Amino acid sequence: MPLLKLERVSRDFDVSPPWLNRVLDHEPRRILRAVDQVSLDIDKGETVGLVGESGCGKSTVARLIVGLYAPTEGRIEYRGRRLQMIFQDPYASLNPRWRVHDIVAEPIRFLGTPQKVEELLRQVGLSPDDGEKYPHEFSGGQRQRISIARALAGEPDFLVCDEPTSALDVSVQAQILNLMSDLQRRLGLTYLFISHNLAVVSQVADRVGVMYLGRIVELAPAAQLFSRPRHPYTRMLLDAVPDLGMSGRPRTPVRGEVPNPLAPPSGCTFHPRCPHANERCRREVPAFIDGVACHAVLEGRI
Amino acid sequence: MTLEVRDLRVEFPTRRGTLTALDGVSFSIAPGEVLGVVGESGAGKSITGLAIIGLLEPPGRISAGEVRLEGRRIDNLPPEEMRKLRGRRIGVIFQDPLTSLNPLYTIGRQLEETILAHLPLSKRDARTRSLALLGEVGIPAPAARYGHYPHQFSGGMRQRVVIALALAAEPRLLIADEPTTALDVSIQAQIIALLKRLAADRSAAVMLITHDMGVIAETAHRVAVMYAGRIVEVGSVRDVIHAPKHPYTVGLMGSIPRIAAKRSRLVQIDGAMPRLNAIPPGCAFHPRCVRRFERCFDERPDLMAAGASLAACWLHAAA
Repeated sequence: MPLLKLERVSRDFDVSPPWLNRVLDHEPRRILRAVDQVSLDIDKGETVGLVGESGCGKSTVARLIVGLYAPTEGRIEYRGRRLQMIFQDPYASLNPRWRVHDIVAEPIRFLGTPQKVEELLRQVGLSPDDGEKYPHEFSGGQRQRISIARALAGEPDFLVCDEPTSALDVSVQAQILNLMSDLQRRLGLTYLFISHNLAVVSQVADRVGVMYLGRIVELAPAAQLFSRPRHPYTRMLLDAVPDLGMSGRPRTPVRGEVPNPLAPPSGCTFHPRCPHANERCRREVPAFIDGVACHAVLEGRI
Repeated sequence: MTLEVRDLRVEFPTRRGTLTALDGVSFSIAPGEVLGVVGESGAGKSITGLAIIGLLEPPGRISAGEVRLEGRRIDNLPPEEMRKLRGRRIGVIFQDPLTSLNPLYTIGRQLEETILAHLPLSKRDARTRSLALLGEVGIPAPAARYGHYPHQFSGGMRQRVVIALALAAEPRLLIADEPTTALDVSIQAQIIALLKRLAADRSAAVMLITHDMGVIAETAHRVAVMYAGRIVEVGSVRDVIHAPKHPYTVGLMGSIPRIAAKRSRLVQIDGAMPRLNAIPPGCAFHPRCVRRFERCFDERPDLMAAGASLAACWLHAAA
């Protein structure tokens, strides 16, 4: 039994102009499908990474899971005790007028003891004295530690992390990623780790899902996805990552941009950028079979 | 040398004393060369760029050292002359393309104005040149997009327009401050390739400021690593990435996650970069350094030979 199960989950947003404008300009309602038929199982203790470019729907998936949005279609089943979320921006997510111990104790304010808060702060590598301070007295990395302490206060078993290190410098990012993996080992946590940075996801994730325009186009164990990507979009993303090793490996240049999600292309939404697209790709939405949603892969063309 | 910076020092006088944002920064960039400047937030990389183009926010000021563009000193020019230099001899690309574009003008008008301000061309020639530039930076159907406003472009396309603007007057020096940071990876790769090609075609000198070592590896010839307002290591990209000499660079390289080589743990540099009002004496990195020794506590190292690179670290002092 997976800890979390998403079954063909979709989420629409109404981005229509106001009623009066619609009537005057004879415009129809405009619906943006941010997440489209996403199915995903996450087992206890594993880390699932979700990657994709901006606007692909990965943050919407995170918000659907923690209940900040309700799904338009589909089901989300959670069998654990508590879920918590860690956000990208440790400046916006901490109340600047509260002292750190109040921030950390908020989720447990009827049960929390000063000892508990001290223990939480120690767990994330801060000193108990830091509880007396305000968020502005801390650097970005330390603030993210505070958010993690707060997330852990309710003793969750599942953490949804939406770009938790994207606002941090690399050396600080390394501190936070190491801390997260230590906490996972110690507390048996399960993570959904969302990031646009493929290298970061490759560092933390056991399995990785790649999203494009609201759909998961490939889902595979991390080692496999990064060494033998199957979907042309995954290949393109991997080719686009700057090569720190300077190996001079041959690469196919990236083509085009993510299309407007209000008017997604027909068939496979990746077809206008895909070097392997044919008539069927333009016409027919590929089903997600055996970890990948691509006609060319399933037909054995690539 | 297109750009020569020598012993640059930038100070911010405040009520609580003077903060030194840059101290003894020296480097040069040859025509056609891309120098990467890396460092974490607060290291002084953007301040270096702003000091060179004379756009330091007051009360910040250059208090020592000099900047030379093609041999001519430019750090002491009056603001009006500096303004003419920017755009003409120095092109600038910032992280957020919207800060460089006027939302009320079409991109065609902005390009034409820039060209007319700097080059002795007729309006008709300026238009031809604008269209050619837009084509060169990879805007599809330039003529059709000429009359569009910045908000009608995607982030990647906007950054292309900014690059076209920066190149409009054929500058000799291009300063790009985090040009790809706001963009998605697939677009980032396109912009990097574009910058590289344009700089090579025009043999312009490029100062590429970024926190992303991967971008540097792809683009730059040499790299300068900054820490707490100083350059701590400078060398060819290959040397700095594969054989870093300064303990800070070693830590920085180890802390970058890599797809090819997953490690069970990333190298982490404990602590954080000091704030400007609390820069430690001696080597500014010594409180976080795993290889510090007595000399590091009170004597500040300057850049010295370390293999094929230069590093500001006493480990490399000749015995």
